Amino acid sequence: MAFHLPSLFFSPKRALDVGMLREMKRKRKNIHPPEIFDGTLQPIVAAHDLVKRFDSFVAVDGIDVEIFQGESFGFLGPNGAGKTSTMRMISCMSPASGGSLRVLGRDPAVAGAQIRSRLGLVPQEDTLELELTVLDNMLIYGRYFDLPKKEILERTTRLLDFAQLSDRRDEKVDHLSGGMKRRLTIARALISEPDLLILDEPTTGLDPQARHLLWDRLYRLKAEGVTLIITTHYMDEAEQLCDRLVVMDHGKIVATGAPRDLIVEHSTREVLELRFGIDGHLPHVGGLQDLAERIEVLPDRLLLYVDDGDDALSMIHRRGLVPESALVRRSTLEDVFLHLTGRTLVD
Amino acid sequence: MTNLTEHFPSRFLFPSRSSRAKLLVEANMRRYLRHRLLFLTGFLEPFFFLLSIGVGVGGLIGEISVQGEMVRYAVFVAPGLLATSAMNGAMIDSVFNVFFKLKITHTYEAVLATPMTTTDIVRGEVRWAMTRGTIYSAAFIVIMIALGDTMSWMVIFCLPVCLLLSYSFAAMGVAATSYMRTWQDFDLVVLVQMPMFLFSGVFFPLSAYPPWLRDIVAVTPLYQGVAACRDFSLGHVRLSLLFHVLYLAVVAGVGLVIATKKMTKTLAP
Repeated sequence: MAFHLPSLFFSPKRALDVGMLREMKRKRKNIHPPEIFDGTLQPIVAAHDLVKRFDSFVAVDGIDVEIFQGESFGFLGPNGAGKTSTMRMISCMSPASGGSLRVLGRDPAVAGAQIRSRLGLVPQEDTLELELTVLDNMLIYGRYFDLPKKEILERTTRLLDFAQLSDRRDEKVDHLSGGMKRRLTIARALISEPDLLILDEPTTGLDPQARHLLWDRLYRLKAEGVTLIITTHYMDEAEQLCDRLVVMDHGKIVATGAPRDLIVEHSTREVLELRFGIDGHLPHVGGLQDLAERIEVLPDRLLLYVDDGDDALSMIHRRGLVPESALVRRSTLEDVFLHLTGRTLVD
Repeated sequence: MTNLTEHFPSRFLFPSRSSRAKLLVEANMRRYLRHRLLFLTGFLEPFFFLLSIGVGVGGLIGEISVQGEMVRYAVFVAPGLLATSAMNGAMIDSVFNVFFKLKITHTYEAVLATPMTTTDIVRGEVRWAMTRGTIYSAAFIVIMIALGDTMSWMVIFCLPVCLLLSYSFAAMGVAATSYMRTWQDFDLVVLVQMPMFLFSGVFFPLSAYPPWLRDIVAVTPLYQGVAACRDFSLGHVRLSLLFHVLYLAVVAGVGLVIATKKMTKTLAP
């Protein structure tokens, strides 16, 4: 057999392994990893009936997830859906209340420190030390992994280059912009050359330029074979970055799949957005039912889920209705999300 | 079928439990190298006290009788101030800085994403605070010797006493901090620390108190340090030293346990 088992868990250094590329191609086509390598391929994260309870509040309510090497996996959901609680359990920072969890093949309850030595975490809020320089932040963090100082300095040079922060090396973190701080947090999380990088809402609060730059960096990491787990409530982000994702709501997983497949499965090809002035759209809901597979009533407009948006619009015009504005667009993950997380009033 | 997990051990090179607390101390050290001035202030305070109380007030008082010996007031008060410097040095870091990292900068959130655990954080912070307290004490002992405010070479044994005293106060400090919610809670710390400083036999012997109050003062943690330091500074070795040491060790242990439990609850719920 050409592949030895240890090489299954690629480090970024060995990222462009042939096996890796083959693996990535398979992921891109979203073929669920088959029983390859004699059926010994183990998921990097395997959760079964995973539960997180805070006193009587159930934050995560029995989820099943399997994430594989080289995959870029997303957790989507509205605020309070249980994404962060799930992330904290996977990153071995918070014990599970029930079910089973294996990360890198080990149980966080007994091997938390070992597992964390192979993880990189980018938390929702930056936890950088603002009083210190960029370099000091990298040094202090790298030392927590017991990396030799020389090694940290070498990696820092590379990582700051990657994060486009090389010229800020000796600047106080306090002086950096929001986007730079995020990139530094990612660079810091990569100091241990982790097998798995976990990002909790990586682009929340960033301006569009900063987001696109960050996406580009994450995409490069993915191409280098780093397994990514991303939580987000930005649908475009999930569509850009995730090979597979789950949609969470009220602590449960309500859908699993590749972004494109989820759209096909849970939405129509096109969406017709209609505005009828302030609150003017509500009376029209009943009369348009027959034109669409489904109608979503948003506070300011109606979303008609149809296969041909222009066709539906001309039907509407023929009925003598004159919307204030009409827009035909393709279905996005956002539509899936609105549908699945229970925002629909009319189905 | 080969199990993949069998191949993990070699890939999980991570710092051992004992070295992790050390790594946290190292991180603190690196931070303080950037703020050297902070280090100085904690040392200057007891030094100024020694000048003002020992030299200034001492000049008015002259000699007093301690354990049947007539000594200058500065000789009496210096070991008390020495123990206080150990306490203050330990408290600055274990209370204010830990609170800052816990609630304001969320530094520990980042630390816990590495192989470090809450136990490592507590032990590391306590050890670091102890280091700081001990450094202040060492400098203070040098000054005592230079000013001739000590009667015996045994004053050097004050250093291990201060080390233990710092460790105990650091452990209690972290334990107390783990329960704090807002900056207002610091008033409570001051409310305990200040009277302890004023009434634990630093400035006057316990014989000044009525007997019942004497017994109460005799059980404050600071008093253990003051009494032990004074004994060594005057060159007296007594069996009660053993009690002081044991007492401080127990306090340190209880502080560590409480701090670890509460910190784990707060940081890794």
